[in-house]
Amino acid sequence: MDSIMGTETPGNANHRARPRIATLWLGGCAGCHMSFLDMDERLMDLAPRISLVYGPLVDRKEFPDQVDVVLVEGAVANEDNLHHLQEARKKSRLLVAFGDCAVTGNVTSMRNTQSSAGVVMDRSFVENASLHPGVPRSGGILPRLLDRVIPVHQAVPVDLFLPGCPPSADLIFYLISELLEGRSPDLSDKLKYG
Amino acid sequence: MSVKTLMINGQMVSASEDQTLLDVLRENGIELPTLCHLDGLTPIGACRLCLVELAGSNKLHPACMTRITEGMEVTTHSERLVKYRRMILELLFAERNHFCSICVINGQCDLQQMGYDVGMDHVRFEYQCPAVEVDASHERFIMDHNRCVLCTRCVRVCHEMEGAHTRDVMGRGGSSRIITDLNQLWGKSGSCTGCGKCVQVCPTGALFEKGRSAAEVVKQRDFLVYIKTAREKHLWIQ
Amino acid sequence: MTGEELLAAAEKEQAARRQAKYCVAVCAAAGCHSLGSTSIREIFQKAVNEAGLGEQILLYGTGCLGLCHAGPLVEIQRYREDSWERWLYHHVNEGMVAEIVRHHLGGDQPLAQFLYPLDDPFFRSQYKIVLENAGRINPERLEDYIGADGYSALWKAVSEMTPMDVVREVTQSGLRGRGGGGYPTGLKWSTVAKSKGSRKFVVCNADEGDPGAFMDRSILEGDPHRILEGMALAAYAIGAEQGYIYVRGEYPMAISRLKTAIRQAEKVQLLGNRILESAFNFRVDLRIGAGAFVCGEETALIGSIEGNRGTPRPRPPFPAEKGLWDMPTLINNVETFANVPAIVRNGGQWFSRIGTEKSKGTKVFALAGKIVHTGLIEVPMGISLRQVIFDIGGGIPDGKQFKAAQTGGPSGGCIPLPHLDLPIDYESLIKVGSMMGSGGLIVMDETSCMVDVARFFMQFCMDESCGKCVPCRAGTAQIYRILEKISSGTASLHDLELMEELCDLLKHTSLCGLGQTAPNPVVSTLRYFREEYLAHIEQKTCPAGVCRMGAPDAACGSAEPVQEKENCL
Repeated sequence: MDSIMGTETPGNANHRARPRIATLWLGGCAGCHMSFLDMDERLMDLAPRISLVYGPLVDRKEFPDQVDVVLVEGAVANEDNLHHLQEARKKSRLLVAFGDCAVTGNVTSMRNTQSSAGVVMDRSFVENASLHPGVPRSGGILPRLLDRVIPVHQAVPVDLFLPGCPPSADLIFYLISELLEGRSPDLSDKLKYG
Repeated sequence: MSVKTLMINGQMVSASEDQTLLDVLRENGIELPTLCHLDGLTPIGACRLCLVELAGSNKLHPACMTRITEGMEVTTHSERLVKYRRMILELLFAERNHFCSICVINGQCDLQQMGYDVGMDHVRFEYQCPAVEVDASHERFIMDHNRCVLCTRCVRVCHEMEGAHTRDVMGRGGSSRIITDLNQLWGKSGSCTGCGKCVQVCPTGALFEKGRSAAEVVKQRDFLVYIKTAREKHLWIQ
Repeated sequence: MTGEELLAAAEKEQAARRQAKYCVAVCAAAGCHSLGSTSIREIFQKAVNEAGLGEQILLYGTGCLGLCHAGPLVEIQRYREDSWERWLYHHVNEGMVAEIVRHHLGGDQPLAQFLYPLDDPFFRSQYKIVLENAGRINPERLEDYIGADGYSALWKAVSEMTPMDVVREVTQSGLRGRGGGGYPTGLKWSTVAKSKGSRKFVVCNADEGDPGAFMDRSILEGDPHRILEGMALAAYAIGAEQGYIYVRGEYPMAISRLKTAIRQAEKVQLLGNRILESAFNFRVDLRIGAGAFVCGEETALIGSIEGNRGTPRPRPPFPAEKGLWDMPTLINNVETFANVPAIVRNGGQWFSRIGTEKSKGTKVFALAGKIVHTGLIEVPMGISLRQVIFDIGGGIPDGKQFKAAQTGGPSGGCIPLPHLDLPIDYESLIKVGSMMGSGGLIVMDETSCMVDVARFFMQFCMDESCGKCVPCRAGTAQIYRILEKISSGTASLHDLELMEELCDLLKHTSLCGLGQTAPNPVVSTLRYFREEYLAHIEQKTCPAGVCRMGAPDAACGSAEPVQEKENCL
């Protein structure tokens, strides 16, 4: 695996010295991001060594260019998810499937046993509604659901898989530290699903 | 009982001839993943996880059903065997609906553990997401087919240990199901004694006791060997 | 019945046939039957009676005459000056019957315009052992079979030969299992003969299930006593007293004819106790399969006969050592047993002169697909595929180009044009990635898409997987899914790679032959027609124009809009 230090990359050397890290929140519960925050005081260690350039923890609308690592939480459940993921993939060197939803689909994909998105929408907005049943249809309010929820690697190529629901803070710290050291993290004896 | 000598991964090992190859491997600290096999039940060689290579044979052999012979040369972890084991686990995880995070047996599950053992960090196959049912009709137990891997441990323990033969398999291929009696609800079964052996031997969270929430189930498996030994040695007849 | 009575009965039958003015054999096999041959036979009988020829004409239904595409078929025979004259009428209908009776049977004037030329390569290139009685006997009459030297091999065995003599004769013949594997039959027999057990069993595997295959069916329907005799010879050779025929429930006609044959044979002591007044006892019972393809696998078949769920178990132990109820059991295919009476009657040497060095005798093939003469043929081993398809089979209809031939059904593979001159024997077929199989031969032309063909066979294997072992149960479903994606133009090269990995997995890790060979159609079409797969994946086109491209991909995240409802917010 490439070092994510990125010092060989031409361009603004000062700026490149700190690897640009992004996080992406797709169809998931944000628990993986919570676990990220659970790194607690280790976040202080990381802060001077990385640039957190995008994600729910950062106030930025557009996914920036030249990201070194993106941690993708959540499964691909709707068109927006798919769009953001493809965008992130294009602009990032290393993409990590971050947590069980990203790796397997997990809880987000439980609706896949239903035949299609339409059935799911009916179940949610019509069958179980006690007041004003109806599927919202005004464009731009809700992104369209995909018929099937898919894990990240079925939509774009993934470089690293970090399963766990959520992955522990220790594991996240290990992964990021290894990447910062220019090593490929070896998760084979640290796997944990659920 | 005569003693045989065999070569396992280049090491000479001795074993008594009534042992299966799997017994010998485990005795010598060589761990292979197994799902359908459980000490005390008749082996069936169905999960294909314990396949090994034998010198002189171009086929792979399930260690759980292979009788040892003198001079047998066994390879347990060749590159392709390791690859096949991971693929088989991937196939299992993709077959039904396994959601570890919300599963009663999370942390104690054989299937999960085997995934770790073979280093399966993701499943490359498409998840099949079949719509399968949950039978919660029994007073004390639940059968959740979403988590069933069709290892048939429950079928065998019910037949061989409890003698009730409440369980069997219906259908074929991917639509195979573990059934109760003649495909009745478990709660309506006339033959089930409610002994719970099936629950204990189930490698996943497919069979569990009611009232358990995520990651709360621990299963006890060694009772089988006690029963079997007691039966074979007539320990209950004094 | 004693041996002398058997010989006398044969004499009598042969004399009756020779004395008849004409023998009229109406094909009563399933193909012609479904084209109405049964009513043709009744009409024939009526017309014969009305013409006052009832006493002089022998009219009967018979086994498959082979030329199934031209049914209903009627073969007319006459014995004259020490030889048989034969005429074959094809596409026979009610109107033709009256004319045939009037002109041919009544006036000795064959109707050339309705005749099929018997010097056609379809007939000339065949060599019949297993099917020798087609046209000659009524499968529902024991006397007919006896008249055709039936049970003479059994008489020879029990009166002149020791069991080991029979084994030796079969070994010498070089006969190999006709179910597909090609295991030497003599070797199998001698293994079971030497295995120790308080009882032994002979089992006939009649669970023919390959798509497009109807060889065993035709043999069972056309010559059921032949199977019984073959099994009895096997039982004598290995020391068994009980046999089972495991026949699939989808073959009601075969079942009824077998039942009739068993009853007839039992009545005259050709089955049962003290067969032909010897010390040899042998009984045969039928077991009807319930429609699972996997029950053709021998260990699953054993499970099914025992009354258990028909799922395979790992071998060893092999059935020869531990089979039915853990007793030594000999399992052979229908066609294998059908060869045995002729081998014992004429000697192993005679049989070993037919065929090639390693594949002796003949092989029955069911021709299906894009071929002019769909039907049933029997050819000597070593004949080329080209001869079978173009000479005997009459080539490809509508001037289309030959593309490939599939042998071995869902376990076999396709053989493309460059290998057409391949001699048909066990080894050559395996060398090119296919197998002999039980004898289904499906021909494909330029309008067949090889991805679609592979998908068809994979679906078959997926549906027929018993579900016991993981690679076959879940692997076939995954391969099928990828083939579905390829044939709808939604697959990637990565999917193709994954599929090839899965094929390798199934081949090496599946429990039984069904799973181990399930990838064969995919592997062999990939081997010879990879560019067709690539066209589906990269150009998203189906060169043969079969697959519908861009079909909505239900399982993989295509963004279908949610259907809008009237009761929206």
